[in-house]
Amino acid sequence: MTMQSILALEDGTTFSGSAFGYKGEAGGEVVFNTSMTGYQEVLTDPSYAGQIVVMTYPLIGNYGTNGEDLESERPHVCAFVVKENSAIYSSWRASESLDSYLDRHCIPGIAGIDTRRLVRHIRETGAQRGFVSSGRALTPEQAVDRALQVKPMVGCDLASDVSCQAAYAWPGPKNARHKVVAYDYGIKHNILRLLAGHGCEVTVVPARTSARDALAMKPDGVFLSNGPGDPEPLDYAVDNIRGLVGRVPVFGICLGHQLLGLALGGRTYKLKFGHRGGNQPVKNLIQKKVEITAHNHGFAVDPDSLPDREIQITHMNLNDQTLEGFRHRHLPLFSVQYHPEASPGPHDSLYLFDDFISLMNEHKER
Amino acid sequence: MPRRDDIKKILIIGSGPIIIGQACEFDYSGTQACKALRSDGYKVVLVNSNPATIMTDPEFADRTYIEPLTADSLRLIIERERPEAVLPTVGGQTALNLAVELSEKGILDEFGVELIGAKLLPLKVAEDRRLFKAAMQEIGLEVPVSGFATTYNEALSLLEEVGIPAIIRPSFTLGGTGGGIAFNREEFEEIVNRGLSASPIHEILIEESILGWKEFELEVMRDLADNVVVICSIENFDPMGVHTGDSITVAPAQTLSDKEYQRMRDAAIKVIRRVGVETGGSNIQFALNPMNGRMVVIEMNPRVSRSSALASKATGFPIAKIAARLAVGYTLDEIPNDITRKTPSCFEPTIDYTVVKIPKWAFEKFPEASTTLGTQMKSVGEVMAIGRNFKEALQKGLRSLETGKGLLDEKIDRERLSENLIQPNPHRLAYLFHALSHGISTERIQEWTNIDPWFLQQLKEIVEMGALIEDQTLGTISDKLLLRAKQFGFSDLSLAQFLSHKQRCTEEQVRQERKKRGIKAVFKRVDTCGAEFESFTPYLYSSYEEEDESEPTNRKKIMILGSGPNRIGQGIEFDYCCCHASFALKEAGFETLMVNCNPETVSTDYDTSDRLYFEPLTFEDVMNIVEAERPDGLIVQFGGQTPLKLARELAAAGVPIIGTSPDSIDLAEDRRRFGKLLAELGIPHPQNGTATSVEEAKRVAAEIGFPILVRPSYVLGGRAMVIVFDERSLEGYMESAVEVSHGHPVLIDKFLEDAFEYDVDAMADGDVVVIGGIMEHIEEAGIHSGDSISVLPPIMPNHLDTMRRYTHQLGKALNVVGLMNVQFAVKDDQVYVLEVNPRASRTVPFVSKATGVPMAKIGARLMVGARLRDFGITEELTVKHCYIKAPVFPFSKFPGVDTILGPEMKSTGEVMGVAETFGIAFAKSQIASGIILPRSGVVFISVNQNDKRHAAKIGRDFSNLGFHIVATRGTADVIKQGGVEVEFVYKVNEGRPNIVDLIKSDRIDLVVNTPLGRDSFFDERGIRRAATQYNVPCITTLSGARAAINAIRALQRENLDVRSLQEYHQGVVASGRE
Ligand SMILES: Nc1ncnc2c1ncn2[C@@H]1O[C@H](COP(=O)(O)OP(=O)(O)O)[C@@H](O)[C@H]1O
Ligand SMILES: Nc1ncnc2c1ncn2[C@@H]1O[C@H](COP(=O)(O)OP(=O)(O)O)[C@@H](O)[C@H]1O
Ligand SMILES: [Mg+2]
Ligand SMILES: [Mg+2]
Repeated sequence: MTMQSILALEDGTTFSGSAFGYKGEAGGEVVFNTSMTGYQEVLTDPSYAGQIVVMTYPLIGNYGTNGEDLESERPHVCAFVVKENSAIYSSWRASESLDSYLDRHCIPGIAGIDTRRLVRHIRETGAQRGFVSSGRALTPEQAVDRALQVKPMVGCDLASDVSCQAAYAWPGPKNARHKVVAYDYGIKHNILRLLAGHGCEVTVVPARTSARDALAMKPDGVFLSNGPGDPEPLDYAVDNIRGLVGRVPVFGICLGHQLLGLALGGRTYKLKFGHRGGNQPVKNLIQKKVEITAHNHGFAVDPDSLPDREIQITHMNLNDQTLEGFRHRHLPLFSVQYHPEASPGPHDSLYLFDDFISLMNEHKER
Repeated sequence: MPRRDDIKKILIIGSGPIIIGQACEFDYSGTQACKALRSDGYKVVLVNSNPATIMTDPEFADRTYIEPLTADSLRLIIERERPEAVLPTVGGQTALNLAVELSEKGILDEFGVELIGAKLLPLKVAEDRRLFKAAMQEIGLEVPVSGFATTYNEALSLLEEVGIPAIIRPSFTLGGTGGGIAFNREEFEEIVNRGLSASPIHEILIEESILGWKEFELEVMRDLADNVVVICSIENFDPMGVHTGDSITVAPAQTLSDKEYQRMRDAAIKVIRRVGVETGGSNIQFALNPMNGRMVVIEMNPRVSRSSALASKATGFPIAKIAARLAVGYTLDEIPNDITRKTPSCFEPTIDYTVVKIPKWAFEKFPEASTTLGTQMKSVGEVMAIGRNFKEALQKGLRSLETGKGLLDEKIDRERLSENLIQPNPHRLAYLFHALSHGISTERIQEWTNIDPWFLQQLKEIVEMGALIEDQTLGTISDKLLLRAKQFGFSDLSLAQFLSHKQRCTEEQVRQERKKRGIKAVFKRVDTCGAEFESFTPYLYSSYEEEDESEPTNRKKIMILGSGPNRIGQGIEFDYCCCHASFALKEAGFETLMVNCNPETVSTDYDTSDRLYFEPLTFEDVMNIVEAERPDGLIVQFGGQTPLKLARELAAAGVPIIGTSPDSIDLAEDRRRFGKLLAELGIPHPQNGTATSVEEAKRVAAEIGFPILVRPSYVLGGRAMVIVFDERSLEGYMESAVEVSHGHPVLIDKFLEDAFEYDVDAMADGDVVVIGGIMEHIEEAGIHSGDSISVLPPIMPNHLDTMRRYTHQLGKALNVVGLMNVQFAVKDDQVYVLEVNPRASRTVPFVSKATGVPMAKIGARLMVGARLRDFGITEELTVKHCYIKAPVFPFSKFPGVDTILGPEMKSTGEVMGVAETFGIAFAKSQIASGIILPRSGVVFISVNQNDKRHAAKIGRDFSNLGFHIVATRGTADVIKQGGVEVEFVYKVNEGRPNIVDLIKSDRIDLVVNTPLGRDSFFDERGIRRAATQYNVPCITTLSGARAAINAIRALQRENLDVRSLQEYHQGVVASGRE
């Protein structure tokens, strides 16, 4: 009854399991996520574009899917890998099973493999390109070949693919106190919900929107969103950000943070296998407190590449001492590598949205 | 923040005897705290009345006080030791309550002692449900509608708001003692009154019922920098209404989306901050309405708990250890994660497996007790199992319970199927499997049980898999299906059962076939991080996956089999021995491997042994490990009966069992063989025989004559053991007995009436036998050794040499290498051997504490070739003072159960009293076990015929102590003749006011009532029940009465003092090291 499915890595490692979700094929970079809850948010987070996601928690699909826990209109992962896909779902909020949700959105899934073996392999060898073939008769060799044909992530602009094509307004509060322009490199809806929740009227603009056009909207602040892939190739974004820096308060998250780093003269590099999960300890170096944070990134900003005179490191990862956040010593801008908007993940860092609001207030007064 | 330097010495309060609701999880947490604080350079003073704990080993603290856990003795200890701080959060509710008492009595201030871990106010807010409710509402969290009552009428008026069913919980009782759920007025009245009397402050909470909601727990930690992390989420399989301690629980939560989980996490963090627990771990319980997600807070425990022990074992995050370090000022980010080494403890563990905990009950020992599960905890132990899915973990857990029953062979009462599903009870899981395998829909079952459909689906998948296998034979089943079945957690044994429907096959055949097809268990690591980082601690569990991570070393290694779930008769004492074996062998340079499935224990702490296998203790699971590790030796001697039962099979499979040989074990266990041996050695034993059928049993009985003692073989704690006076009851017994003994024959002994009983523990190296201690029991033979008060050294010297001689003969004859235990009965100056246990016994920790010689450590060393002389041990160990071990019983948890003792063990735990004199030692042991002997007042005496002759003396002694004596006619006459004044009182069936009336009107301070045999049975029950209910000490043996007199005399003369083991043992040489 269950159809065969295969996952192949570029280094020749293969896993055979059973197919679920959409019966088809997909290639991408294989990464793992250690969150025990929140698979629907993970699936719909545009930052996962171009990636095959493995969940380390083995039992997935238990509470089904619903119409609310979406971070964008559709799933963005290329394929989904789990140990066991729940045969039924149980939740008063659920409207559809994970299986049919993936099927409906043409996302192939593979279940029943030794996911821990896969994760340990990625941990040791680093993120790799991979290929999933569900319900098609591919030999392991063929599958490996297909994995090798997958376009490498380094150097390619995925943000443009997932960004909105035209600017749009996100439904905000009636008497909004701040106008915010949000650059969409693959923005998560929960960021927009939170900005609105903090009294902002938000206009979401395409990734390639010029600084001039953005400033023309007379925003109180500009937000640089999260997004997929490598920041390096996004020189257009870096140029635009240079045009914004100093003119208007800027808040960046994840890819937005990396782009801001580049705009300020910093360098970015690819992590061995990245951070993806909801349990990463980040130390707020100013308040001397630890926040448990949600992560989803394969690249990071090199702290030594940032001009110390201007940039102050505000957040650091306690697991591997990578840079998690900085602010400018004089100009109104700050950004974090991790995801204060959570979803999925802990809410410890929501205060950053308040910080953004205060930054806009201060700037108005001047 | 760095550690605090203003503190040098810290007093840690233990949790006392093992009782229902407070078991060895607190030995685990206390031991961790001791180790952590000492390695941080603090002086640690420990107080705990329980000698069976690891934490009370002299080497775990600078000063170890085995003294009663009362404000009085703690005051004395504080006065002597002058600690700067007290850590009350690792000793369960007992320690918390003591801490509260100490500070409210001003004792802490008087000596300038600070509470660390939790301050007074937080403790009160968390414990006093009124304050807690207010606090929750203040931070905008919902709690069930509720109110307090101190009288029945107040309760009635509350009933209006709350409605039926109503939850009734007494304030300040442990494990919900005295509480319950009322489904009608009648029950309401009963439970309210019970609750009011159970509560030390005569107050109860009456609460809106949210029965059937989903129940969750979060384990939260906080440090002085206000960093808060959630270590683990736990979901209850059994919905609200069944105490978490009686629920099957699962980690992590399975049916919460991230939105609901984060909401709960936010709430938990608010709670710990509002309650104000500054540092350490807390357990917070939530209920969730499955219809709409409405969430309410149930309670918070501002301390480490049973659940935090579970969470520690489930995640690999050592909560108690970290809590202790946070209490002295460290912050979470300063403490490294032991397992990953590189990363800090300031994170939230993520796991890539599923953990299932299943409780173990002991209702078979309390036949009159109601088996309905409710808001009051009744289980005596638990198992935990780890699997890559829920089904695997559940089935591993089920076989860890050692019920000896397969998935579908529990006895099912078809007529009362729905009732058994609706009414939570220990067999509900069996009924669930039965219902599902008989096509009852999960929807239907959910209506009945409110168990989440996701869990029911998991059970259904197991049942369906069973059905698939049934259609196959070992020959026809496909590799794929066989592998799947193993991944679903089916044991080879249950596979054999299912595969035998068409064509018989055995466990061994399944095993061979499976291995032939390359279907083998691999071992995965528990690493706190879902494999994101490398793990350096081999904490392993088996699964049917592709990759094995066990990475066995090629060091010389010894594998130790643990004792599985706590149960009455096999508890912490055996875990103590296993841990000691591990410590000793590590010291001797071996790599030690621990195998156990009990999450409460020290043995399942990943830093107790070099490698920990968290696995069921069955032949199959043990062999999987043996094949992976190839140990040089395996120890079955220390885990009680559990590993011993496996000895023969393991030996047959070529496993190198070290110490006493499996054949000797069998020789001692098999009554026929043992009888012959005793005959050869010329050692007397009660006439006996064995029987496998009623007829045979009658024949044997006729031959040796009634009364007889009957029991199944291969059981511990006198399981299903009874004294039979006539044929009729014998028939009745044989019917039921067969079930417990699984094929093994039933054993029949001549019952020795009024015999004195002794326990002897010895060490032997195959050549020399040395006695560690001879313990005399206060109670006569016929009362299980585990339930009698035992005294070291013995009081009556008469027959000791005979016992010594026999012990040496037996040790030699059985070729014992390691430890052994012999039980003797002395009747009419004739010494009989009752039994020989060729293994560590329940009393080893007690004897070790009393002698200062770590017998279990030495025993382990002997098994790997050391000689007794290497430890300077050549003759019998001696004790300088009087050590008394007293049992603690769970009767208060089983209202209505008779408290009379017999050959079947009923106590859950033990305490030790030590002093220069017998009297004080006995008094201490009584106080420690919660029995407050009156120093004056009224004593009621009623004894049976053959005790009458002694009644006069007893009476005189009491009146000399200034007691007023009340007695029933027969007894009263005898006492009068002895020239002692006595007030006559009616028996229950004679008229009123009768003795029960007196007890209920608080006229009686002490009851001496020896059973009169079966006729007036009910009368006496009434007396004993009233005594327990109004907690009047009730002594049921003359010897007990004599001891009490002795103690009261001592108490009148002198005050209790306290002294540490280290002081008692100054100058004891043998240390387990050469
Ligand atoms: N209002 C309620 N309605 C139904 N069941 C309840 C309610 N409150 C508690 N319970 C049940 O009683 C059990 C014990 O209650 P709890 O507050 O945890 O006391 P304890 O201190 O004994 O753990 C809980 O685990 C839960 O299953
Ligand atoms: N022949 C006997 N006569 C009187 N009492 C006995 C006899 N045999 C056993 N007992 C009592 O029953 C108790 C349990 O018996 P024992 O053989 O020790 O079983 P267990 O293996 O449970 O310890 C003993 O502690 C003793 O008090
Ligand atoms: Mg509770
Ligand atoms: Mg015994």
